Amino acid sequence: MPDTIPAPALPVGHYGYDQVDRAFLADRVEQFRDQVARRIAGTLSEDEFKPLRLMNGLYLQLHAYMLRIAIPYGVLDSRQMRELAHIARTYDRDYGHFTTRQNLQFNWIKLEDTPDILARLADVDMHAIQTSGNCIRNVTCDQFAGAAKDELVDPRVHAEILRQWSTLHPEFTFLPRKFKIAISGSPNDRVAARFHDIGLVAKPAPDGGTQFDVFVGGGMGRTPIVGVHLRDDLPEEDLLAYLEAMVRVYNEYGRRDNIYKARIKILVQALGTEGYRQKVDAEFAAMNRARYRLPPETVAAIRARFGTPDLHAPDDAPAQLDRARRAEPAFDRWVRTNTHPHRAPGYISAVISLKPAGGIPGDATSAQMDLIADLADRYAFGEIRVTHMQNLVLGHVRQDELHAVWQALRGADLASANIGLIGDIIACPGLDYCSLANARSIPIAQKLSARFASPELQETIGPIEIKISGCINACGHHHAGHIGILGVDKKGEEYFQLTLGGSPGSDASVGQILGPALPEDATVDAIARLVDAYLVHRTGDERFLDTYRRLGATLFKDAVYATA
Amino acid sequence: MPLLENGRLVADAWTTLDAESPLPATGAVIVPLSRLEEGLARAPGEKLGVVIPQDAEIDTLRTVLPRLSLVAVTFPIFRDGRAFSQARALREHLHFTGEIRATGKPLPDQYEFLLRCGVSTVDLPPGSDPEVWAHAHTRFRTAYQPSVLGERAEGATLRRVL
Repeated sequence: MPDTIPAPALPVGHYGYDQVDRAFLADRVEQFRDQVARRIAGTLSEDEFKPLRLMNGLYLQLHAYMLRIAIPYGVLDSRQMRELAHIARTYDRDYGHFTTRQNLQFNWIKLEDTPDILARLADVDMHAIQTSGNCIRNVTCDQFAGAAKDELVDPRVHAEILRQWSTLHPEFTFLPRKFKIAISGSPNDRVAARFHDIGLVAKPAPDGGTQFDVFVGGGMGRTPIVGVHLRDDLPEEDLLAYLEAMVRVYNEYGRRDNIYKARIKILVQALGTEGYRQKVDAEFAAMNRARYRLPPETVAAIRARFGTPDLHAPDDAPAQLDRARRAEPAFDRWVRTNTHPHRAPGYISAVISLKPAGGIPGDATSAQMDLIADLADRYAFGEIRVTHMQNLVLGHVRQDELHAVWQALRGADLASANIGLIGDIIACPGLDYCSLANARSIPIAQKLSARFASPELQETIGPIEIKISGCINACGHHHAGHIGILGVDKKGEEYFQLTLGGSPGSDASVGQILGPALPEDATVDAIARLVDAYLVHRTGDERFLDTYRRLGATLFKDAVYATA
Repeated sequence: MPLLENGRLVADAWTTLDAESPLPATGAVIVPLSRLEEGLARAPGEKLGVVIPQDAEIDTLRTVLPRLSLVAVTFPIFRDGRAFSQARALREHLHFTGEIRATGKPLPDQYEFLLRCGVSTVDLPPGSDPEVWAHAHTRFRTAYQPSVLGERAEGATLRRVL
């Protein structure tokens, strides 16, 4: 095998644009350029401009404009990653922030630069369409899609179909509220399907095709709810028609009088699962099914625009990996914590942690982005995935080359061995950036990851998910954290409320409030005591979540409030 | 108010009545939903239209639809997208072939969406620049999903040629 894999004609892992797709994007960029020009000239007021800029992912935050760039189903190629690095260097402060929707945000953008940035993005088939607004947002996907050993169906082709279908959808671009869809093809839920407006799990159908489990009405925010299971047998050909029916019922009946009660979860709760299902079924029955059918030829045509990796590892690749692991304990630990089993012999998926001790979760510098792009080209078919946990993944790495990948990552502070461990924290941007926040989430994340920096300690503690939101809107997913931390404002002071027992996965649950909120300077110590209590009471290699579920909140309450 | 059809200003052949104005015995009139019975009581040959609010159930028009030549849907604010679903239901569920008129405060940036949901004319909101609407009409060449208009698919893809 040569050192570098030649770039394939089509990108591995995501849909490859053709001239029609590029022309479409170019038209949209020109449309936005006009709108920005009208705003700068003053012929558009901020009120009139706001919905237009939001359609292009441009938010006005506390200190500057923020541009959120879509990374469909979290997959991008090395060329796209280098462009993001270039934009970070040229138009921002030399870094970008990977988000829980597998997107990328630039936090320090100038309005007048945005048309040029969007044009540059369009050059590499990227955009910011529908990264905000009350429309169908970026469809998220399993970060190990197409690679995971436990996967039944690669969901990315269907994720791309959903992306295209929802792009500037004529009927569903002004919904009551934003709308988030996640799709997985594995029975082990890594996409939080039950916490989405619609969660889809693809699986083989009895006839050899594909069918879907459909969850609806999950969500976080002020009213955290685990979604209900609507269907277990949705055929592929009805995927779009049935989703049209589901979203249409929401568009017609979802509440528009109160922004906090406008998500589909509130509608599903109000109608009841059966009531909602009846309306959807009636809508579906009345539809022009021929027009909205998704024929296998269309699935095949879109699948044909995906590049596929040519997976051929040397027979002794696993043996080489074993030797490297035995020789170097730090590498061995990283392999234990930061990799995922691959379906192909001799391959493995590697997770690049964007959670260094004391760092800001999800941030990457332009130099790091460039390095990751180089590694992707050299070792992973040019393909990079973003995880909803705000890390990155090289999906297809040869086991005999994994050590070289690790060494390169280590040199760029990208090899923290903490995936799924206490240092792998999700945090929203919080009061450092966001105008909605009550409290600063990032400093708590930094202090926690510094406190638990030791890889040995993290591995001893085992799987535990800490998620931090700076306000009740729950962008940091605290409701789904094994330990959730919510920033609240108490008479102008930042306080943090702990919830325990949340889980985003197949065993989805909403965390329960432990007790009174803690002052900022007591929060990290309180969590340390909570973790100590867990270590005392766990049996065997029981996860924190399972100990909590077995023993309840009392002992953790005692530990947290003992000296507080 | 100026009326737009196919991206161009056209003469409005209809008289829109409010809740109180007397109903003329002849001529094309658009009545509010509350006066629909009154409108239907006119001679069967007289052209009748109705304005429906954004929260009306389209199915309630099912029996009277053969008597209607126009249904006006309402955008109280541009962000309230219920009228998109209403227009589509009129076309696809009730097979309405008359004029669907968008009223209220839609944006020119929504013109393509309006058309693709089955709207045929737009009652331009006060202060609208017809040029901006005209430009919006021809701006885009491709969409990524089927619509009421039944546009031609590009090969086996989801793309539709506008």
